[in-house]
Amino acid sequence: MTELTSSAPSPTGSTPARNIGFYAAWGIFILAVVLLPLIFRSGGSHTTFSLIGIAAIFALSYNILLGQTGLLSFGHAVYYGLGGFLAVHGMNAIAAHGLPVPLPFVPLIGGFAGLMFGIVIGWVSTQRAGTVFAMISLGIGELVASSSLILRSFFGGEAGITTNRTDLPALFGWNFGPQIQVYYLIGFWLVISAIAMYALTRTPLGRMCNAVRDNPERVQFIGYDPHVIRYLSFCFAGFFAGIAGALAAINFEIANAAYLGAVQSGVVLFATFIGGVSYFFGPILGAIVVTMLQLELSDVTTVWQLYFGIIFIGIVMFAPGGLASLLMMHRPLVRAGTLSMILPAYLIAIVPTLLFACGVILTIEILAAYSQGNAASSTIRLFRIPFEAANPMTWLAAAVLTIGGFFVARMTWRGVTAAWDRAMTAARERGYHA
Amino acid sequence: MLELIVISTLNGVLFGMLLFLLSSGLTVIFSMMGVLNFAHASFYMLGAFFGYQLTRWIGFWPALILAPLLVGAVGMAVERYGLRQTHKHGHVAELLLTFGLAFAIEQVVQMIWGKLPMDYRVPELLDFPAFTIFSTNYPAYKMFMLLVSVVIFIALLVVLKRTRVGLIVQAALTHPSMVAHLGHNVGRVFMLVFGVGTALAAVAGVIAGPALVTQSDMAALLGPILFVVIVVGGLGSLPGAFFASLLIGLLQTFAVSMNGSLASVFGPLDPSTGASLLTDVWNVTIAQIAPILPYVLLVLVLIVRPMGLMGTRET
Repeated sequence: MTELTSSAPSPTGSTPARNIGFYAAWGIFILAVVLLPLIFRSGGSHTTFSLIGIAAIFALSYNILLGQTGLLSFGHAVYYGLGGFLAVHGMNAIAAHGLPVPLPFVPLIGGFAGLMFGIVIGWVSTQRAGTVFAMISLGIGELVASSSLILRSFFGGEAGITTNRTDLPALFGWNFGPQIQVYYLIGFWLVISAIAMYALTRTPLGRMCNAVRDNPERVQFIGYDPHVIRYLSFCFAGFFAGIAGALAAINFEIANAAYLGAVQSGVVLFATFIGGVSYFFGPILGAIVVTMLQLELSDVTTVWQLYFGIIFIGIVMFAPGGLASLLMMHRPLVRAGTLSMILPAYLIAIVPTLLFACGVILTIEILAAYSQGNAASSTIRLFRIPFEAANPMTWLAAAVLTIGGFFVARMTWRGVTAAWDRAMTAARERGYHA
Repeated sequence: MLELIVISTLNGVLFGMLLFLLSSGLTVIFSMMGVLNFAHASFYMLGAFFGYQLTRWIGFWPALILAPLLVGAVGMAVERYGLRQTHKHGHVAELLLTFGLAFAIEQVVQMIWGKLPMDYRVPELLDFPAFTIFSTNYPAYKMFMLLVSVVIFIALLVVLKRTRVGLIVQAALTHPSMVAHLGHNVGRVFMLVFGVGTALAAVAGVIAGPALVTQSDMAALLGPILFVVIVVGGLGSLPGAFFASLLIGLLQTFAVSMNGSLASVFGPLDPSTGASLLTDVWNVTIAQIAPILPYVLLVLVLIVRPMGLMGTRET
């Protein structure tokens, strides 16, 4: 566990220069949330941004468990889904009784629903960490997902429960019909939740969570109960997951059994881990990447989920710190100005690596074309170059690219490792440490 | 009533033995390597699909031998080139690797064989009723499945209790690092155990394929139940896995054949109250809640006895 989650920068060692960088990063984040939909004005991109915002809150809440407390959950979607369902019921009740609650407050209903179920379920499941916790979360996830199909009057069976967000009272003339207004609602909650969750990592509780993750035995020695700390962390994660679920329910105007299911739990795990659990912004990065992959890849290829799985396996095997760690690894080099020492090695390595990737893609697409029985007529377009799936030349190209690319790439990556060591040594000599 | 009990007991024991074929490999792998193999049910699915494909090409009997060997080889490759590389990143990374693998295997199976159920038939040699019991014909193939799982169970028991390899594996269950210190090639033992474990899962897949449904979601359906079995039995306990397999096999089989509900015991609710959560709970039959019973059992066991029924160590 410790290898996965390197410690966060120390809170006390902040210099004025670092403070500026810190506030600049948050400023850029908030500006991006506000300005992006004004730059990309199409309805499609507003939908995409909304989905990314929901996924980012959800992934951040998941990282309270995985990254900060070291709890691997396979059932986090339970709190997301229950938050969504209670938000839908809440919206329907508000509309039916004419209560004076505008839509922007509805995510709080979801949040408190997530918190409530976190309080109930968490006490049992956080008794132990590690594998036992993972198994309980999986079991409870399956339990709730299966029960949702039995308790039809609340969960609406397979069809789910619908609502209409415009039935709620308008706020400052916004009725939240257009997607852009919903986006800003999501963006507002994204910023609030991100700040709140970041603040949580700076509290004594957040620090104790890290301690429980790294060495629960020692935490007991200094007089804390690891179970209670895991439990509190679990409740907070449930609260923010509930907010994300409520926002999803507002966005889609429906809540159904898929919200609570294993697939949703798996997607948030993928997003958080691909983004990186050891840095606070990692899950946001992961949410962006995974949402974009889900939306874009599915247009390009029929077997997009396979690529999704391969990317995840690749990250687990070769970059277990996720994308955020890959980026932040270069920080001492950038500061010391020795980044230029490894750029040539990167440029050399990237060519065979890309060729290898093309070979794998081509192989998968040829197999897909054959197993779908339309190999003779199908043409694979890779970077606008057409390949005929039934042509032996294509097979040859795929084989050469995959096998040749693999061995050449392995050679060039050794060069990268050597260049990395040289650049790191130079950075250390200049007084910059990782 | 008696008929129901006899048939359900037979089916339950059969399902339980199938579960044990899977959970035995899973629990041994977990004890030795500390890795909960999320992809274990996926190897079972691979076994079923390889079995189906090989049956079409060369017949059922060669497939029964070949498919587990193939899957075992895949399993060994996964251990050698996947898990061993990931080991240095810790157990969470290993668990996530198998999680990603389970996802990828499902997608590959879906890509090659599609999402529809396969036409995987019982071999003609066994396609007859074995005996008739209270007017129900019990198929010979099910008796064959029971036979295969019992034979493998006994073979496993003999290998574990009576051979040197078994001795090492048993020692590694409780004292993994001590075994390594005694100079055994732990890497090779791990690879072997992983290979045998996945091959056992594949045997279960090949023989269960014709009787149950061979479809690309079979791993996702069985996987969680498997984890329930090994957690309820006690992580790392083979006898525990055995009893939990039978318990859950019987529990589910009996539950699906019962139609009772609160409404049938206490009479229906007053219809004027309308649809609510209470009416849902009141009218649901035991058969309908059968799929969630294993998870209820899991939660109960973890509250009452966190190390599982026969587990000795907490993880």
